Amino acid sequence: METAKIIKVAGPVVVASGLKNAKMYDVVKVSGQKLIGEIIELNKDLATIQVYEETSGIGPGEPVFSTDMPLSVELGPGLISSIYDGIQRPLDILKSTSGNFITRGAEAYAVDRKKKWDFEPTSKKGDKVISGDIIGSVQESSVVKQKIMIPYGIQGEIKEIYKDKFTVTDTIALIKDQEGSIHEIKMLQKWPVREPRPFKKKLPPIEPLITGQRTIDMLFPITKGGTACIPGPFGSGKTVVQHQISKWCNAEIILFIGCGERGNEMTDVLLEFPELIDPYSGKPLMERTILIANTSNMPVAAREASVYTGITIAEYYRDMGYNVALIADSTSRWAEAMREISGRLEEMPGEEGFPAYLGTRISSFYERSGRAKCLGSDDKEGTLSIVGAVSPPGGDLSEPVTQNTLRTVQVFWSLQDRLAYKRHFPAIDWLTSYSLYLSGLTEYYNKKIGEEYMELRNKSMALLQEEAELEEIVRLVGVDALSTHEKLVLETARSIREDFLLQDAFDSTDAYCSTKKQFLILKLIMMFHENAEKVIEDGVTIEKINALPVKAKIIRAKYIEEKNLKTFNEIEKEIISQISSTTD
Amino acid sequence: MIKEYLTISDVAGPLIVVEKTIDVKYQELVEIELSSGEIRRGQVLEITEDKAVVQVFEGTRGVDVSNTQVRFLGKVIELPISLDVLGRIFDGSGRPIDDGPQIIAEKKLDINGNPINPYARDYPNNFIQTGISSIDVLNTLVRGQKLPIFSGSGLPHAKLASQIARQSKVLGKEEKFAVVFAAMGITFEEANFFISDFRRTGAIEKSVMFINLANNPAVERIITPRMALTCAEYLAFEKGMHVLVILTDMTNYCEALREVSAARKEVPGRRGYPGYLYTDLATLYERAGRIKGKKGTITLIPILTMPEDDKTHPIPDLTGYITEGQIILSRELHHKGIYPPINVLPSLSRLKDKGIGLNKTREDHANVMNQLFASYARGKEAKELAVILGEAALTEIDKKYVKLSDNFEEVFVKQGEDENRTIEESLDIGWKLLTILPKEELKRIKDKFIEKYLPTDITTEDKNINAIKD
Repeated sequence: METAKIIKVAGPVVVASGLKNAKMYDVVKVSGQKLIGEIIELNKDLATIQVYEETSGIGPGEPVFSTDMPLSVELGPGLISSIYDGIQRPLDILKSTSGNFITRGAEAYAVDRKKKWDFEPTSKKGDKVISGDIIGSVQESSVVKQKIMIPYGIQGEIKEIYKDKFTVTDTIALIKDQEGSIHEIKMLQKWPVREPRPFKKKLPPIEPLITGQRTIDMLFPITKGGTACIPGPFGSGKTVVQHQISKWCNAEIILFIGCGERGNEMTDVLLEFPELIDPYSGKPLMERTILIANTSNMPVAAREASVYTGITIAEYYRDMGYNVALIADSTSRWAEAMREISGRLEEMPGEEGFPAYLGTRISSFYERSGRAKCLGSDDKEGTLSIVGAVSPPGGDLSEPVTQNTLRTVQVFWSLQDRLAYKRHFPAIDWLTSYSLYLSGLTEYYNKKIGEEYMELRNKSMALLQEEAELEEIVRLVGVDALSTHEKLVLETARSIREDFLLQDAFDSTDAYCSTKKQFLILKLIMMFHENAEKVIEDGVTIEKINALPVKAKIIRAKYIEEKNLKTFNEIEKEIISQISSTTD
Repeated sequence: MIKEYLTISDVAGPLIVVEKTIDVKYQELVEIELSSGEIRRGQVLEITEDKAVVQVFEGTRGVDVSNTQVRFLGKVIELPISLDVLGRIFDGSGRPIDDGPQIIAEKKLDINGNPINPYARDYPNNFIQTGISSIDVLNTLVRGQKLPIFSGSGLPHAKLASQIARQSKVLGKEEKFAVVFAAMGITFEEANFFISDFRRTGAIEKSVMFINLANNPAVERIITPRMALTCAEYLAFEKGMHVLVILTDMTNYCEALREVSAARKEVPGRRGYPGYLYTDLATLYERAGRIKGKKGTITLIPILTMPEDDKTHPIPDLTGYITEGQIILSRELHHKGIYPPINVLPSLSRLKDKGIGLNKTREDHANVMNQLFASYARGKEAKELAVILGEAALTEIDKKYVKLSDNFEEVFVKQGEDENRTIEESLDIGWKLLTILPKEELKRIKDKFIEKYLPTDITTEDKNINAIKD
């Protein structure tokens, strides 16, 4: 192992001389305490290192050890239900080895080396295999079956394959390649985090990622393999929306990255997810979740790495053919970590002190999403969706992180604090948000959810738009200046907002709403509107319509349980009969 | 052996550059002896093979390049601590200023601390009764929370903070409680207010105070809150006490940080504050919390004055992104003579949901809270409308909401500086206010609670509310 010595320390940035064979992004161990660092700049024999741990007490003259390895993650059975820090150290193990506080130089294997897994081969001796082919599986949690793939770069014929209980480092199969050399296949693989895992080809996304959130699924849907961002000032409910998506979306694997955010939020996830039941599998949500927690007070360089650690693990599950959703809260903190490191490197800054490569880094991160035809001979398909929160300073969306993100992502959920103050949650602004997947999903929605879906959505969006215009008038001249029809528009728009868009994340029935039910609620509201429009022409007053008892039922519709969706039929009938009775 | 250097090459702002250094460590504690014999302290900010950049806490006035001696002490800044710190007053770098003896240290702790492992955290969910209705009912504080007060110059945040410190308790149990108070760049009057208020109420016995006044060295403010939090961690996680930490004023802290950053010629972020302001603030705020298996907790109330009452200024903005909510004081309410002038609508406690309800406060708490929020907001909105279109434009029901929102400020938000309301009293005031509205308007409250708690006749002792009800 090559050693070098430190010549400069400035916060998380350390410069060392004497690392002759060092490569960019190689991992090094700094000082006798073996702090983990990564080379981020090379200049002759000077290497600039970002250190993933606190550097106080480190000084020039101390040694630096090279490992000749880029920053990598360990991939294998045992990832699910884990909680890691930004460089994949398991926080639960660290707690038992070094106590309640994260001390320096702590080390632990990311994937348990001792635990034995029941390996179930699906290939047999003599089979010809290529990289990415699945040769067997282990039951990783009650809902996730981890598929064991031939690592990238290996192909040949299976010489031996064993069925037994194995640890991740045991040999489970032998592959003989064309040159005749034998490769031992183990369940544990490593992959450098900054390099996207390969796949055969990218495909356009066609299916929605159902989140159970009405504003998202009905108005601004995201696809499996799609990208979305949620910018919003503090207090606008970003974290709750992200938690809701990670709880209820219909992906099979969830990666939740707490990147530079609050410690207590991670605790919340840790305590809540094992208790909550996944509506798709009926098992605790933790059984499909992996957490990366690099809270705001943890070292800033590890925060920079955390999103890469997360996405590489996510890609690994995608390669097995799963639908994976990655939730990053918050990408602004990641960008700020880049800015901090860049400042210490004395790089020429771009906008607001952010490095000039900010845009490239953000877009190449989001580009790692997508629906892909995975490696292997069976043409399996996997998807990786990314939902990133952005925390714009002062809620100002013109800042560089938001702007660079918006250039890349296809869905924009705009959170507004004025909605949050009114306790309208999720505080997603219906007028400024958008989803570019809408046209691609129309066919799917119309077929799977209801024929009138698109028409219904567009009509309700138009009403909300009209409401905004009418409210301007009301503000100037008062509500009496409006015609009865306009008053009805206001009333219906209010109903859409309060009875449909408003969704209580803390109510057991309302937290998750199936697309079927979403469709039915919206249909009730629009049906009421259309029927009321007709009788208004006959001179029925708005007061008379508002007083109809069926309105109370529409208000309560979101609390109808999923198993009682038949009730909607009855309410529809009541709407028709009650409205027509107003003309008597 | 400690080497002495006479090799200062540059002095700029609070920074000095020492050359030909050997074996100096990052963040090492430094002693600077001026030619007058005065000793100052500093910390290594950056270190290369033969040069160290040192920030001097007491400033560089009087430092010269030829006669000033610099000693590197071979350790990071530590706080000597034992239980004797209770009842004591220290300066901003931890030296006693109350004429008492030096602390005989049980141990010395690195003031930078270590981050709490997120896995070791326990979720804060124990209700703290502050005796202030607008906090207890609407923006509930829980143990282990960090809840800042966003104030402005001239607003009574000091009064409010000291009232919270005085009255805070957890229902049903008597437990060891302590207050750690850190003042950064506040005036003598303000510091004196806290000290004499703590003396008056006897709270001083259970307090530790770190005081850096406006005329004390600015750079020292960077270590003051770290001293305080290290002390709090010791009391909470080693001695099992429930510690309330008050940091005031964070705006001065951030300005000191900016001063150092500017002297180092770093690339500035927004409004000249360094790009790492968020991370720096997080390393302070995130030290609050609960740890699994530990009895003690740290609850943190940072106070900051928003320049121009602007919530989007970097200091309140970044603070809001880290803390679990915020209490916002309103100049408008203050002018109306309402104390505490808490503007409940933009205020928020993110952890309230887990701290309220049956067995914690009262079963109807969540419902009453939502109803009061919604009704007050509607009342305020109607009032705005009335300003433009006149009272006559309001419907009958809107007029009732306006009345409710006025009374809400007068009876619910407003209370005495020494008035300590129990949560039941606060909730009951809320219920009495709600009698102003017709029963059908109470949409956010479950029927069974309306039956149980809604007063059917207001008795004469409540003539306050009765009278306003007209």
